[in-house]
Amino acid sequence: MPDATDLRLPYYPPDHGSHPEPGFAGYHSTRLRTPHRPLRPLPQGLTEVTGPVFGHDRVGELDADLTRQHAGEPLGERIVLHGRILDGNGRPVPDTLVELWQANAAGRYRHEGDQHDAPLDPNFDGGGRCVTDSQGNYRFITIKPGAYPWRNHSNAWRPAHIHFSLFGQAFTQRLVTQMYFPGDPLFGQDPIFNSVRDEAARQRMICDFDLGSTVPEWALGYRFDIVLRGPQAAVFEDEEH
Amino acid sequence: MGTVQPTTPSQTVGPFFALPGALPWSDGPLVVPEGTPGAIRISGRVFDGDGAPVPDALIETWQADPDGRFSHPDDPRGPSIPRQATADAADRVAGNGAGRGAGSAGSAAGRDADPAAGGAGAAGWALGHGPGFRGLGRCPTDTDGRYWFLTLKPGPVPAPGNGLQAPHIDVSVLARGMLNRVVTRIYFPDETTTNEHDPVLSTIDEPGQRATLVAVAEDGGLRFDIHLQGSDETVFFDV
Ligand SMILES: [Fe+3]
Repeated sequence: MPDATDLRLPYYPPDHGSHPEPGFAGYHSTRLRTPHRPLRPLPQGLTEVTGPVFGHDRVGELDADLTRQHAGEPLGERIVLHGRILDGNGRPVPDTLVELWQANAAGRYRHEGDQHDAPLDPNFDGGGRCVTDSQGNYRFITIKPGAYPWRNHSNAWRPAHIHFSLFGQAFTQRLVTQMYFPGDPLFGQDPIFNSVRDEAARQRMICDFDLGSTVPEWALGYRFDIVLRGPQAAVFEDEEH
Repeated sequence: MGTVQPTTPSQTVGPFFALPGALPWSDGPLVVPEGTPGAIRISGRVFDGDGAPVPDALIETWQADPDGRFSHPDDPRGPSIPRQATADAADRVAGNGAGRGAGSAGSAAGRDADPAAGGAGAAGWALGHGPGFRGLGRCPTDTDGRYWFLTLKPGPVPAPGNGLQAPHIDVSVLARGMLNRVVTRIYFPDETTTNEHDPVLSTIDEPGQRATLVAVAEDGGLRFDIHLQGSDETVFFDV
């Protein structure tokens, strides 16, 4: 059995420039919830370069179809939402859990904290999950969520979005993000979208309309690839990063 | 060698991740099943900069098994409990996998009956669990900002330079108002000597800050509070 000195660990370089400014002032809830002290460096050891490995037996076939969780069909514009989970080296991330959640077509979440005066849909919960295939592909059937108001500032509305949660294959790769739709007129006034200060990075949160995945006479197609941090080549653990 | 593609940006988990069928798993806090010999309960509360509890945070944990090993390709030693055995057992015991698929088809009525599902411990999706050790925990905070886990104490983990890291649990904190997850670590109060030599803990000179990373023995379990801001702000890491 190899001992600790034989361990070769990958290193996942951070990509700080792509992520939001943590205490972005336009998003008021950051004020009391963003740590003030600078973050301390944490060397990437075994705990950080490992992570949960998910079996395909953990999710059911219907978990990825948000339109078939109830007796009837939800209202709204049916969509096929698919893409690949990749790492920063362009390699697919296979067998990783993809979770999403969203508002219904009227912009209302099935959550007691959502006070928006819009109807709930008895046929829509808004949560789904799947595990990527060997090529990192995922695919969901859902409905396009509506925009919704919130109280961040006067007349504030969130652009239509779907929340995504990704584990990748290492603790360092963990990502929770939001996917937006092309051409949304609400982008300009949304502080969560604009907390990502890099214009090119913001574009990476917007899915593409994808005629190729449209199902004729049934659903429109959208494609959204997600890129997690990529590992550099393995190094001996006692080498300096 | 650098990476060639920039990453997808992080965004806040927002306030609504606990809707039914979304992020909370009914077995999320169970890193090991209830009744596991030697299991310890770790619980704590999350506080904001005003000292108010944070009722909409999601806490996730990742840790080595009691032998300090991980069920992952980058740990060539492998887990002390073979993962396949664990998965097989999970299917038999928890009725997951194929059984869950069938359950999904027939369970729409069941979920309709409980539209308020969500939040800590609520009925909902199970990640799938057998008698083994999962390494992963997930718990949303309740209205008091409280989360909990049931787990086994991890063993020491190999460190750079052929040393050992003291037993620790990596923690991700996600919440409305946080645009990026933050990461902290839970260390154990009965590991005074190993903690002193831990390559991460020992770099924190200020005793008060170091103490924010060590759980407190309480009521037969461990307490680990998380302060997002303030004079007792928890030490957070850039990993
Ligand atoms: Fe949202």
